[in-house]
Amino acid sequence: MAGKTISEKILSAKSGTSTSSGDVVICEADRLLGTDAATPMAIDYFRQMGEPAVANPERVLVALDHYAPPTTTATKEFHDQVRGFGSTHGLCVCDVGDGISHQLAAERGWARPGDLIVGADSHTVTLGALGAFATGIGSSDLAAALACGQVWLRVPETVRVSLEGTLSLGVTAKDIGLALLAEVSGVESSGYVALEFGGGGVARLDMDERFVVSNLVVEMGAKAGIFLVDQTTERYLSDRSPHDWQAVEPDTDARYVRNILIDVDTLSPRVALPHDPTNVVEISEAQGQPIDTAFFGTCSGGRAGDFRRALNVLELSGGPAAGVRLIVTPASRIVHTELVADGTMDALRDLGAEITVPGCGPCCGTSAPIPGPGAMVVSTANRNYQGRMGDASASIYLASPETCAASAATGCITDPRTVLDA
Amino acid sequence: MEFRTEGSVHRLGDDINTDHIISSSRKKETLDPHRLKEFLFEVSKPGFAAAVNEGDVVVAGANFGCGSAMEVAVTTLIASGIHVILARSFARTYYRNALNNGLIPLECDVSDTRDGDRIEVVVSGVDVRVTNLTRRTCIPTKALPPTARELLDVGGIVPLIRGRGALCPS
Repeated sequence: MAGKTISEKILSAKSGTSTSSGDVVICEADRLLGTDAATPMAIDYFRQMGEPAVANPERVLVALDHYAPPTTTATKEFHDQVRGFGSTHGLCVCDVGDGISHQLAAERGWARPGDLIVGADSHTVTLGALGAFATGIGSSDLAAALACGQVWLRVPETVRVSLEGTLSLGVTAKDIGLALLAEVSGVESSGYVALEFGGGGVARLDMDERFVVSNLVVEMGAKAGIFLVDQTTERYLSDRSPHDWQAVEPDTDARYVRNILIDVDTLSPRVALPHDPTNVVEISEAQGQPIDTAFFGTCSGGRAGDFRRALNVLELSGGPAAGVRLIVTPASRIVHTELVADGTMDALRDLGAEITVPGCGPCCGTSAPIPGPGAMVVSTANRNYQGRMGDASASIYLASPETCAASAATGCITDPRTVLDA
Repeated sequence: MEFRTEGSVHRLGDDINTDHIISSSRKKETLDPHRLKEFLFEVSKPGFAAAVNEGDVVVAGANFGCGSAMEVAVTTLIASGIHVILARSFARTYYRNALNNGLIPLECDVSDTRDGDRIEVVVSGVDVRVTNLTRRTCIPTKALPPTARELLDVGGIVPLIRGRGALCPS
């Protein structure tokens, strides 16, 4: 019998069976995550299920992140509904301004190697960076998991991704993710696969960089993007969680449906053109495209390092070009606090940035600034679907914080290496 | 399960994401699918909401329902009268949400099916038969996996949990 991948091992452990790719198993979830976008519907389903007791309330975190702050009567009511439900059932509800659900799970040490985490937010995959099997579900699955603690999952095939080398100046984890998107998304039936990240280059990525890579796997249609655990993972968790977890390693004879090598040394900055995150090109092909809005934030580009690096590029280039709008949305209150403490927020504000409440808002047009009609946006987000930010006439280009900052400074898409190498 | 529908095809391409089915910004006003249905495909297929009739069939290419896992992208289609989606493949969260709500996702070869064609879909136990009545062709369709059939048989995840209390009774 062939050995097992990380996904096969975690789902075997959580289902109490020896399972392999292709099997459908019922698993016990270690953590359930909800948001204000998905939980109101989950509450409806849960009531239709007979409103049983929540199976494991101590495992549930619900974040009021999409409508932060609420801008309509309906969204304010969703929040009250979620707060009421959370209080009745003893759930951890993170309020407006606390941040994005999966970012909060990471910050609180709620995602550990070997855990099975399901979240009613497709970007729950971000937590694979910590060696967990983390994947997105809808509201009805969340309701069922609240009711019985379980989720059914098809055990995915795995693509092994080897990252080799070191990022050069001006090239980032976002560029790794975008390059991988172009590589994987064209392949028929890439959906349902899990990605397993290993190779010598992983050790040189810090935790925040790994979050970015795992975050982007859902745009390839993948179910999970799991990093092998190393000292960086251990260090990240040591401040946040008791060391009662065990790293899950793939067997040496585990079966992979595909092996991909990403040569990190030779990578160049990438840009995803409108209106699909898989429309990825090298920056040379997008250079010169005029832009009028630069959005810094989200679960792919809203951590402290992302803003610091963006600010550095903006300052080196003399600030944003006239007429370019800067929108800044930290992924969480903790991120925001770190940026206030080191002066980054003040500096961004002084450059004219519109600083919004931490959360998801601008990325999906659910709260806070929307682009104007016909706006040309560069964004550190992960999705650029038409209408995604709340205006269907806007065009969204996805890139790294460095590329977004360099582009904001010139008013057109610009290779950040021209600023950083100078 | 026993199911039959006959209706017109609403043809879409590859990689139709859930924001295209129903924009996430529309959810700021309501989650009621009967109110949201007028905004279905408002950018990617304008006129859909006015043209759709009970029993019609959405036919799409690869990776239907990618992007956000938001479930209104399923419930709103059901409210508009769609009970079957034919696609070359589905994004995994959309597929789950569909089954959980009793919307039938069928993977099949849709290459010869055009907008406005009349389609008949018959599901009888394990048998699935899809016929393009306009072109008089039988469309080869993948069988529904057992988990999918189980969910559709009981009418979705709500009756399943209400009946058993768990996915897997202990």
